[in-house]
Amino acid sequence: MTAAEIQSKIEAEVEGATAEVRDYTGTGDHFQVRVVAPAFEGLTRVERHQLVYRALGAAVDGRTIHAIALETLTPAQAAGRS
Amino acid sequence: MESNVNDRIRDAIEGNKILIFMKGNPSFPMCGFSAATIEVFDQMGVPYETVDVLKDPEIRDGIKRYSNWPTIPQVYVAGKFIGGCDIVREMHAAGELEPLVRDALRS
Repeated sequence: MTAAEIQSKIEAEVEGATAEVRDYTGTGDHFQVRVVAPAFEGLTRVERHQLVYRALGAAVDGRTIHAIALETLTPAQAAGRS
Repeated sequence: MESNVNDRIRDAIEGNKILIFMKGNPSFPMCGFSAATIEVFDQMGVPYETVDVLKDPEIRDGIKRYSNWPTIPQVYVAGKFIGGCDIVREMHAAGELEPLVRDALRS
């Protein structure tokens, strides 16, 4: 799986999401993902991650993607951090 | 079979105030994310229990369904699913984890 595929899956499934995906080993199985979406508003951290995991579906079974480091922010949080 | 695994998982979660499902054990974590999670709890200096999912394929698959969470490690505090490595680190950095953990240990 490529970083671009992960990005498009997340952006297609999570409403209004912008995803930045980095393949940090260059081997297509370890990714760092930062998702900014208004849909995260009012959700707990767990619920936000579950949304993103659901978007990725069977790919996060540990076989296709071994590791994914995930950061989930609302647009307001993202603005506060940059 | 399925319900049996769920029972084992639930008993473990209910029987421990802080329970970490991880790959390997605290002395020899078998994955960087599990290691980083253990490090957070060691930094706080609190007691915790761990389950090595690599030694138990049934639990390894079962816990993913139980928590609706596809990755390991998974942290439970006072019977409640807290999250994986990223969330635990984020909460620790924000100063939110320690009060939660101390409360759980006092109860």
